[in-house]
Amino acid sequence: MAQAAAVNTKWWSGGKSPFNVEYGKLMMWYFLMSDAFTFGAFLISYGTVRMSSVSWPDPNKVFNSFPLAGHANLPLVFVSLMTFILIVSSVTMVLAVHEGHHGNRKGVVKWMFWTIIGGLAFLGCQAWEWHHLHDQGAWWGRNPFPNADGTVATTNFSNFFFTITGFHGFHVFSGVIINLIALIMAQTGVFEKRGHYLMIEKVGLYWHFVDLVWVFVFLFFYLV
Amino acid sequence: MGVRIPVLLSCITIFKNFNIITDYMEHQTFGGEVTIPHHAPTDESKKRIWKTTIILSIITMIELGIGYLLYLTEFSHGLDLAFKGVVIILSLLKAFYIVSIFMHLGDEIRNLIMTIVAPLMIFIWFIIAFLYEGASWKNLRNEYNPKEPVKYEQTTTPSHEGGLK
Repeated sequence: MAQAAAVNTKWWSGGKSPFNVEYGKLMMWYFLMSDAFTFGAFLISYGTVRMSSVSWPDPNKVFNSFPLAGHANLPLVFVSLMTFILIVSSVTMVLAVHEGHHGNRKGVVKWMFWTIIGGLAFLGCQAWEWHHLHDQGAWWGRNPFPNADGTVATTNFSNFFFTITGFHGFHVFSGVIINLIALIMAQTGVFEKRGHYLMIEKVGLYWHFVDLVWVFVFLFFYLV
Repeated sequence: MGVRIPVLLSCITIFKNFNIITDYMEHQTFGGEVTIPHHAPTDESKKRIWKTTIILSIITMIELGIGYLLYLTEFSHGLDLAFKGVVIILSLLKAFYIVSIFMHLGDEIRNLIMTIVAPLMIFIWFIIAFLYEGASWKNLRNEYNPKEPVKYEQTTTPSHEGGLK
């Protein structure tokens, strides 16, 4: 197969990019790596504090509401919706990148549009959830939810929840803005003039990373 | 979470076989960088996208299923931890699929993959050390400075006044 050829390529002999990627894309990867450390540090500090606590609020009792469902007890339902929205918008993003490989402007614009819609839907869900929790009396420095063992909880739970989902939400927000700019550039033919759609790939990397972080936020705040 | 590294390492071996960088393809130049096309875009790559989408959805549904199982059933402490461990491993699997297929890291050359993955290995130490520290802190406090836990009373209903005080 092509494997032998790949092994024999002398990447470091000069005249070509030794990592076989364009500069901006490589730097996006390194930025995302540093961002992974930031989120990792947040989540590990959360884990450390949770491990050092005798008891902790039960996520199934805290996150059990759904818009317009009144006081129905629906644990995990709303967050599943948010998770699927983000997965779908990740898929539409990768389809935009795929159309970019073909140099198909219309396809790129179409899938970027749906990606942005997905991002906005996610942000809307998060806004609703924050609003709902705030209504229940939760905010930075305030935690109305008892521990799973029935004792009074510290404010650690709300502080970590709002800080980490807020930081993630801010990433989604900036991702939507970046996607919007890329969409406008694609629509106005900037990339067509450049002859390639590499910018869509770089924007896509950022967007997928946001989805990746949500996998772990979903896991550590809602599931376990 | 230390499982992440073996998973990613195996990704490298898996994707060596997928590696589609070929010498006979023409060089291309992007912004002054001379690179070789990673792969000719084919219907094959679109099929891979859909396959990954289905895999991610199924894993998420399994995770949610386990979440409901934990919610509806009272398991022993050990079994509870085991289920949570399974969910964590499934999430790492999801992370692997997103990074290697959606972000195309699996298609990059090995040296690039290593410069991304190797620094992240510090997370192995990071997670073990800090979680161990947290647990130890709890145990020491319970042993030397035990406190009577304050029971939560429903008499004071959660405040509805809103606004940051």
